[in-house]
Amino acid sequence: MPAVHGGERRWEAEAAPGMAAARPLALLVLLVLGPGGWGFADPPRDSLREELVITPLPSGDVAATFQFRTRWDSELQREGDTDHYFLRYAVLPREVVCTENLTPWKKLLPCSSKAGLSVLLKADRLFHTSYHSQAVHIRPVCRNAHCTSISWELRQTLSVVFDAFITGQGKKDWSLFRMFSRTLTEPCPLASESRVYVDITSYNQDNETLEVNPLPTTTYQDVILGTRKTYAVYDLHDTAIINNSRNLNLQLKWKKPPENEAPPVPFLHAQRYVSGYGLQKGELSTLLYNTHPYRAFPVLLLDTVPWYLRLYVHTLTITSKGKENKPSYIHYQPAQDRLQPHLLEMLIQLPANSVTKVSIQFERALLKWTEYTPDPNHGFYVSPSVLSALVPSMVAAKPVDWEESPLFNSLFPVSDGSNYFVRLYTEPLLVNLPTPDFSMPYNVICLTCTVVAVCYGSFYNLLTRTFRIEEPSTGGLAKRLANLIRRARGVPPL
Amino acid sequence: MGLLSDPVRRRALARLVLRLNAPLCVLSYVAGITWFLALAFPPLTQRTYMSENAMGSTMVEEQFVGGDRARGFARDFAAHRRKSGALPVAWLERTMQSVGLEVYTQSFSRQLPFPDETHERYMVSGTNVYGILRAPRAASTESLVLTVPCSSDSTNNQAVGLLLALAAHFRGQIYWAKDIIFLVTEHDLLGTEAWLEAYHDVNVTGIQSSPLQGRAGAIQAAVALELSSDVVTSLDVAVEGLNGQLPNLDLLNLFQTFCQKGGLLCTLQGKLQSQDWTSLDGPLQGLQTLLLMVLRQASGRPHGPHGLFLRYRVEALTLRGINSFRQYKYDLVAVGKTLEGMFRKLNHLLERLHQSFFLYLLPALSRFVSIGLYMPAAGFLLLVLGLKALELWMQLHEAGVGLEETGGGSGPSALHPPAQGVGLTSLVAPLLISQAMGVALYILPVLGQHVATQHFPVAEAEAVVLTLLAIYAAGLALPHSTHWVVSPQAPDRGWMALKLVALIYLALQLGCIALTNFSLGFLLAATMVPTAAVTKPHGPRYVLVSPHLSQCLCLHHRARPHSISLSPTWCLYSYHGAYTDVVPPSRPLYAALLVLTSPAATLLGSLFLWRELQEAPLSLAEGWQLFLTALAQGVLEHYTYGALLFPLLALGLYPCWLLFWNVLFWK
Repeated sequence: MPAVHGGERRWEAEAAPGMAAARPLALLVLLVLGPGGWGFADPPRDSLREELVITPLPSGDVAATFQFRTRWDSELQREGDTDHYFLRYAVLPREVVCTENLTPWKKLLPCSSKAGLSVLLKADRLFHTSYHSQAVHIRPVCRNAHCTSISWELRQTLSVVFDAFITGQGKKDWSLFRMFSRTLTEPCPLASESRVYVDITSYNQDNETLEVNPLPTTTYQDVILGTRKTYAVYDLHDTAIINNSRNLNLQLKWKKPPENEAPPVPFLHAQRYVSGYGLQKGELSTLLYNTHPYRAFPVLLLDTVPWYLRLYVHTLTITSKGKENKPSYIHYQPAQDRLQPHLLEMLIQLPANSVTKVSIQFERALLKWTEYTPDPNHGFYVSPSVLSALVPSMVAAKPVDWEESPLFNSLFPVSDGSNYFVRLYTEPLLVNLPTPDFSMPYNVICLTCTVVAVCYGSFYNLLTRTFRIEEPSTGGLAKRLANLIRRARGVPPL
Repeated sequence: MGLLSDPVRRRALARLVLRLNAPLCVLSYVAGITWFLALAFPPLTQRTYMSENAMGSTMVEEQFVGGDRARGFARDFAAHRRKSGALPVAWLERTMQSVGLEVYTQSFSRQLPFPDETHERYMVSGTNVYGILRAPRAASTESLVLTVPCSSDSTNNQAVGLLLALAAHFRGQIYWAKDIIFLVTEHDLLGTEAWLEAYHDVNVTGIQSSPLQGRAGAIQAAVALELSSDVVTSLDVAVEGLNGQLPNLDLLNLFQTFCQKGGLLCTLQGKLQSQDWTSLDGPLQGLQTLLLMVLRQASGRPHGPHGLFLRYRVEALTLRGINSFRQYKYDLVAVGKTLEGMFRKLNHLLERLHQSFFLYLLPALSRFVSIGLYMPAAGFLLLVLGLKALELWMQLHEAGVGLEETGGGSGPSALHPPAQGVGLTSLVAPLLISQAMGVALYILPVLGQHVATQHFPVAEAEAVVLTLLAIYAAGLALPHSTHWVVSPQAPDRGWMALKLVALIYLALQLGCIALTNFSLGFLLAATMVPTAAVTKPHGPRYVLVSPHLSQCLCLHHRARPHSISLSPTWCLYSYHGAYTDVVPPSRPLYAALLVLTSPAATLLGSLFLWRELQEAPLSLAEGWQLFLTALAQGVLEHYTYGALLFPLLALGLYPCWLLFWNVLFWK
């Protein structure tokens, strides 16, 4: 089950509750190397499903999520369950996303960017947004109830958040053209399903708050992340939608602008930072917020910390509401220098309506001077912690059939009616390590070595030697002879 | 090193050090002072240059046009501030939200150790407001800060207006790769300190504050803005931070580049910049600026909110808008464009500012003296202590071993009869007592303020300052208490050993200080070194010490406030340095000298020099008032911001200076 996420910037969980789940901000590679490997021998492709979900956010910004899914019904062997021995987890805390990341991603699509929803994927617009996340997921899917044969599913998602301040000059209205500088004209010919969903949750029957144009023919209701949402559905295969004007330019206008109130806070959000100053020690602190008024819930916190931050595990403290909070499960795998990072995994119960602070002190290691990155004074990245939780839901959700429901539902898996699953990534951190001045290492090394050698040698010599004044020996053989004669005569020598 | 291991040559060297000691000391001292004064002249000052590649050129097109908007914000802010009588937190929050920032507040409270009479505050509580502009190009790992301090008086309204207008302009741009934090602090530096401590989640000064809700990664650089008028004639830049820390020179270079680009008039230490460095005028003016900088850096206090950022390794400087009587004025757009340019350049930074100098002196905005060139000045001064210590050590050594042939020629060593044992035990008492005085000086004033206010009709702040002075003066009575402790054998060896220890102690302290805060180290060395070098238990041997001492103490106590001025002291130094052996001056004269060069007198002298250089000379009474205020502020800054000058003087230099006092009155 390899999945690759690429994210450009963290998105505020508070500001975008709809985006809270599974929004990676780092490149995350999850690989299960099953036995047998890959044997793609020109697998038959089943039809494509593509969809675009547009969600106006409470902050006034607009989030757009593209999803494309294809399947191969290949006869790959799968023997038994996943062997966890082969489970690998790796994080690259920083990836500068640019148009070069988008192009190969687009080429995976059957229609590339020629037709269908992918015509909207125009790089200069997508990268002028305040959030950008690209993902590729590959996983095996059972073809029948007994799972005797499997298909491989390739799912590509792209999420962007358009900044209303920059694109809309402060207005919260949007249209497809204004966001993407393109409109939709046709579905991808290979697609069996091509749909656009627009979140119109605050849309009333009497059209008071907002207006979508053209009017939707059907709507879809579901419970997403514990709240009930209503979506207007536009099916591009529906000829009536395209044919009226040769293109589809969705527009949304706010008739009565929504009150400028604080956006609703999600039940679980987190913040992470480095505390302390100086280049010797520091502290990694993670704040976990549970804003649910009366339900406590457990959170699984997974931290990987590079080895050059030497964690002091005895300083690990977890406090909620001023009291110590004992985690019910801790797994710690110490780092090995230059080989593997620290791995810390904890199951923490978050009390209702509380802030839990998880902090651990560390010491900054001095690297070998060839181990520094080319720009060492920039700092070193520490990957985000990963939070996984079953968050209690306000509205009971009914279990859905994933094959029938829209694709985006797979982003928000529901375990049972009363909980929904959330995976959060905190922000990556930038930590400065003690850095030598690289402009003159040789000068410094040579000079200090010379000075130390010369000074140490001579001072050591001076300090350990005893000095005695020696009478200068005057005269040579003649004197010695004379002395011999004098001694024989009994006269004191010269 | 053969020089030292060969006994004959060693003897010659020893004779050289002993015989030429006085001239060598004078030479070294004069060389140190001359070197320092020469720092403002071209071979030693260099042109500043930008070292950081990422900020290399000024090819940034500034687009800020929100002058009217800034003035509008400033007017509204001033009105709301007047109405509420404090920082209008709700209005600020609303406005920052309306320009599209993520807004948070932080409340803090602090009880000062004693009432601050200059700022009229004691129990302080306030709220900081800050808005974060999230950069679309990065994941909130780095940030820049623009901060405006607001105190209880109604200044800095225009700075807040400009901050908001800049925030609105910056919000519309898509090129930001670092988050920008717009911070408005209440109670100026106290608020800044509270915010910084909360941001880094540490508690250095015992301030109570609510935790921060929003953060934006590692802060790379900060600019503080102080502006109280709609138009400015010039922008003054302050770089001196807490404990004499300085920001990276590149940040100053950046400011200077944009000053030149925008045609703004920029000043350093309030002094206009001379362009002409070929003639004598430029360097002379540079010397004035340099001296002002040295005095300000030596004070170790943060000269603006930027000073507190430096502790957290955030490069920062403070820009002050000055509105004087000049004809040509600039409006807020010009200032805003400078700031915009600076922030866009800082936004380009790949690494922290580290390329350029961290330790420098500035004779002008476009000229600097690097550490390699100014350290010899302090080195020469400290060499005097080393030479003196060497001389004493040799004399002690000779006296102990009894090498007649070396001491035969030199005058002073011939006086000492050989005796065994340096008598290190006799040094324990004076060392302990003087160190205890230092501890008392550090602890008692603040601890005993309530006792003092109960028994005397003074306010707390006055009580602290007066206790400080009283303990300081009481230290001068030390010889009374120690003379019976000292063993009567070999009195000469006793004081010589004590002076040797004191010299080494002083040299070590000054050396360490000069390394971290050159200005402070140099100022203290320039005043303390000469008298420390010449101090001897002079005067009539057989007169009873006690009445004489008390007499001279009284004399100098009365004389102290009035007898301070630099130039006579100056002459006396050189006089003594040169003619010690010829004309042995009397003990009162030495005592007067020693009092004049004590750390407190140095502070008083520095105040006069500072105002003299600012062309606002002080009268004696004003000077004394300013001195008392400076003492109170020094103690307060230690407790509120962690400034180290007060403990350094109280625990380090004052006890050391008492040792010399002890030597002078050695019986």
